[in-house]
Amino acid sequence: MSARKRESGANTRKRTARGTLQSHWQQHLQTAKDSLARLRRQPTASLMTIAVIGIALLLPSALFVTMNNLNALSSGVTSASKITLYLQSDSSDEEAIRVSEQILSREDVLQTLYISPSQAALEFSAYSGLGDVIDALDESPLPGAIVVTPATLDAEAAALLTDELGAISIVSSTQIDLQWVERLQRFLQLAQRASTGLMVILALAVLFIVGNTIRLAIEGRRAEIVVVKLVGGTNRYVARPFLYAGAYYGFAGSLLACLLLNLIMWAIRGPAMALLALYDSDFQLQVLGIGSTLLLLALGTALGWLGALISVRQHLSAIEPK
Amino acid sequence: MIKFDNVSKRYPGGHQALSQVNFELADGEMAFLTGRSGAGKSTLLKLIMLMETSDQGQIFVNNKNLGRMASNRIPFYRRRIGVVFQDHQLLFDRNVYENVALPLQIEGYPKHEADRRVRAALDKVGLLKKEKMMPITLSGGEQQRIGIARAVVNRPQILLADEPTGNLDPELAAEIMKLFEQFNQVGVSMLIASHDLSLITRLKHRILTLDNGRLILDAYHTANASQLRGPRP
Repeated sequence: MSARKRESGANTRKRTARGTLQSHWQQHLQTAKDSLARLRRQPTASLMTIAVIGIALLLPSALFVTMNNLNALSSGVTSASKITLYLQSDSSDEEAIRVSEQILSREDVLQTLYISPSQAALEFSAYSGLGDVIDALDESPLPGAIVVTPATLDAEAAALLTDELGAISIVSSTQIDLQWVERLQRFLQLAQRASTGLMVILALAVLFIVGNTIRLAIEGRRAEIVVVKLVGGTNRYVARPFLYAGAYYGFAGSLLACLLLNLIMWAIRGPAMALLALYDSDFQLQVLGIGSTLLLLALGTALGWLGALISVRQHLSAIEPK
Repeated sequence: MIKFDNVSKRYPGGHQALSQVNFELADGEMAFLTGRSGAGKSTLLKLIMLMETSDQGQIFVNNKNLGRMASNRIPFYRRRIGVVFQDHQLLFDRNVYENVALPLQIEGYPKHEADRRVRAALDKVGLLKKEKMMPITLSGGEQQRIGIARAVVNRPQILLADEPTGNLDPELAAEIMKLFEQFNQVGVSMLIASHDLSLITRLKHRILTLDNGRLILDAYHTANASQLRGPRP
């Protein structure tokens, strides 16, 4: 009788090997559901953790969007940058126009514009308010100039072009108004570097927040963990609900960050567009695109999971039945 | 099934819990482990469960040397052993069914198979009608029976029990022991720690007596006389 019973038990085990494999996913699904239910059972504590994670993720995402906007804005400016060639005062209009056409035939030049000394005088008197002084003079004191729009956006290539144009015989001096663009770009590089550092630090903060929350959860379920280990639960099995919880925290936190960011973007859109309109800019405010949103959600979830994993590695193996 | 070969265990701090214990429990045998509290009963059971490790000697379960077992194999080893605790070790945030289903859940049994086994185990301990109830609403005897159902639900070859009747009145205690005898009759090897001598001497099974960590008496009931016989030669 006893032997028969034992045998049938062994058979059942073998027979259900495939069933056991199938139910691995059932098991995962069950754990996933249980972890979610557990978070919902303590809504205040869960929401506070999610809020902290959300804010920690909001800062780098807001920086990311800001940098994106500044980059887009500054690249627009670079393409509009111009080289001004001041001509020798004894050069004639005909000569200047000929040179201007020569320059235009170059491949790396998009556009040229010749400003004659008299045009320059007119513009000067209009903008400076010193019209009377200019009028008092017989001849325009200002040199003629050719304004060149380079085809390239690259600062180095533009500088090289400036040098070459400066070598033309009738050009007395050159001025490239790239300098402030370059300064802006250097500043942006610095800000980008700084924000990358900040992102890393805030990502670490998320790890610590989730890790600490999971540590408390492990402490709270110590008795249960002991029982599960006693009846044959592996470390992996015991860890699973905590890893799910960590991933949930990360996902919900990043979702909150996305919502807050979009809310902020929506709030500043009006004033920002009004400001840009003053500069005659047709610039469109960049928002967090679908790709970036998905990336943020994935990163947040991964960070939550990783934080839980670190915590589980540290604290779970210490809990053994005694 | 279980073999202790000169096993000693000393706890950090110097307490000698077990000294040179030798015994062997045959496949399908039922034995009681008795002695005053602190005699080493719990330690002996913990060594079998690998909750503790011995300092000296070797323990074999199912011909496997426990001292050589890799720690990642321990959970799988424990699945083949059912344990009943004096304090039940139930999960109070889960109902009766979920408590009993826990070992099957851990092993990843498909739901219909788990259902069948949990119901069979609950039926065996007479709690089938209370499967949806929370353990905290049940009596001590019923809680103990949940613990027993959980211990037998994945049909272990060995059932260990640490003072399973410690908190129960004599009538309930006798009922629990009867249940254990029924499991033994279908081939489960059993080792039950209990200090309730009046109960266990009535049951006519082998009795191992510990005193200060030493096995001082290994006695059998003869078939026709209910007096204790001395250690085997």
